[in-house]
Amino acid sequence: MNPKNETEQLHLQYIKRLNKGHKQIRFYQLLIFLAFFSIWELASRKNWIDPLLFSSPSKIWELLQTKLTDGSLAANLGITLTETVLGFILGTLLGTCLAALLWWSPLLSKILDPYLVVLNAMPKIALGPILIVALGPNLTSIVAMGAIISIIITTIVVFTSFREVDHNYLKVLQTFGATRFQCFKEAVLPASFPTIISTLKVNVGLSWVGVIVGEFLASSKGLGYMIIYGFQVFDFTLVLLSLLIIAVFATLMYQAVELLEKKLIKNG
Amino acid sequence: MGFLTLNDIHHTYFTKTSATPALRNINIDIKEGEFVSFLGPSGCGKTTLLSIIAGLIQPARGCAMLDGKNTGKTDSGIGYMLQQDYLFPWKTIEENILIGPKINGTLNHAIKTETLALLDKMELRNVLTSYPKQLSGGMRQRVALVRTLATNPKLLLLDEPFSALDYQTKLKLENLVSSTFKTFNKTAILVTHDIGEAIAMSNRVLLFSQRPGKIHKIFDVPENLRLLSPFEARHHPAYNELFQVIWKELESLEPEE
Ligand SMILES: Nc1ncnc2c1ncn2[C@@H]1O[C@H](COP(=O)(O)OP(=O)(O)OP(=O)(O)O)[C@@H](O)[C@H]1O
Ligand SMILES: [Mg+2]
Repeated sequence: MNPKNETEQLHLQYIKRLNKGHKQIRFYQLLIFLAFFSIWELASRKNWIDPLLFSSPSKIWELLQTKLTDGSLAANLGITLTETVLGFILGTLLGTCLAALLWWSPLLSKILDPYLVVLNAMPKIALGPILIVALGPNLTSIVAMGAIISIIITTIVVFTSFREVDHNYLKVLQTFGATRFQCFKEAVLPASFPTIISTLKVNVGLSWVGVIVGEFLASSKGLGYMIIYGFQVFDFTLVLLSLLIIAVFATLMYQAVELLEKKLIKNG
Repeated sequence: MGFLTLNDIHHTYFTKTSATPALRNINIDIKEGEFVSFLGPSGCGKTTLLSIIAGLIQPARGCAMLDGKNTGKTDSGIGYMLQQDYLFPWKTIEENILIGPKINGTLNHAIKTETLALLDKMELRNVLTSYPKQLSGGMRQRVALVRTLATNPKLLLLDEPFSALDYQTKLKLENLVSSTFKTFNKTAILVTHDIGEAIAMSNRVLLFSQRPGKIHKIFDVPENLRLLSPFEARHHPAYNELFQVIWKELESLEPEE
């Protein structure tokens, strides 16, 4: 057998082992998923858990179907999703821009440093009532909630990453006569992409929190409203349905960020 | 007056708790086409002096003039290769070597072809779309050299470019750099810890003394050595002679501190 063939053979074996490992992992993941829902269903039917409070998968499934047919779910989901995506993008974008501004002006960053610390430590959710009164109980104020919750932490994390970019990369560019903007574009920003992506991942979760709380406070539409309404009329099936839908769509958003990561960080 | 003139340069680093005098009283004249090496103990200010020449830091006193102009200006025509390669890990090799022309706005088809040809000359092929971390240390050094040469600088500053390489690769690269620079008649300053490398590659060796760095002594490399390639020079009797002299001089520097 010639050596080239042998390497190929080994490579095939390696791939086979890899696939087998994957299959095993998938199997256990599915098993947990099925076990969770069947035990939940069973426990609810046998009254091991309070069915009024914890509902059951079958009841949630039924409710999902009614809500789908009467179109109210799609409407509520659409609103919340729009708010969350907008809040997420706005929060990340503004946070990154603010970080860029701080990087641009070291003096400004030193002046603003204590304020950032204070703003970061403060629970942004507490600003909710003020935002709602100031901007009105509508989409704008809820998007603002989704954005404000992530903006400061984004600024801090991304700015730290900007600042920690190895100065020698900037030296290389400066020997070519690069302006500060060119340094930012060619070195500082791309070097920080990994950090920006991980803040994006955190922000997905944060913006959902902001938007749902915003809807608790003000809205008459959206998934947050469905939860608060379900709570008020003691319909916990509705609450759990909303929760599961949020889980699914938050995961999808997370996956979208991972897709972006693959596009942005090619050398990873 | 020479091509590059260093006029009475002093430099001190300040931090909150200390003031480190790094350079004192540096006066050098370097002619066009000359290859000069800086040799000296670690921490004597060689990198600092290169940064000053490149215009990256402002000396506390004195000035560096290239072709009669202060080197602090942008577009100074100086290529500076740092102590490590510092290739941008997020850029492909092609993007890395073309970053200089891209930054100073001279990137066009001719320059691109020229730079790619240079890469070829360095025996780097089929790496254009690779990323730096896919290359070996020696390959990365060569790419960094191409990147530095891409803007066609009048003066090259090389800070220990071969120190991280194995001996064989280092010898090969020395030959390559030496022949490339001779062909294009480049003026260059090489910082090195390796006495042999300094002798084999340059016309003049400047020996720096310990902190604060001063020029302790200047050695002229004999004409017959200069004409040889670095590899051949290492086998010439005159090489050994000069090696011994510089070695003794370096040793006499050490115990003072
Ligand atoms: N940014 C800085 N701040 C304070 N001190 C510095 C700084 N950079 C260098 N120094 C000090 O200045 C002196 C000269 O440093 P430099 O890097 O120029 O030495 P070098 O000759 O290049 O050494 P090596 O051969 O080890 O690279 C050293 O004593 C160092 O501690
Ligand atoms: Mg150094």
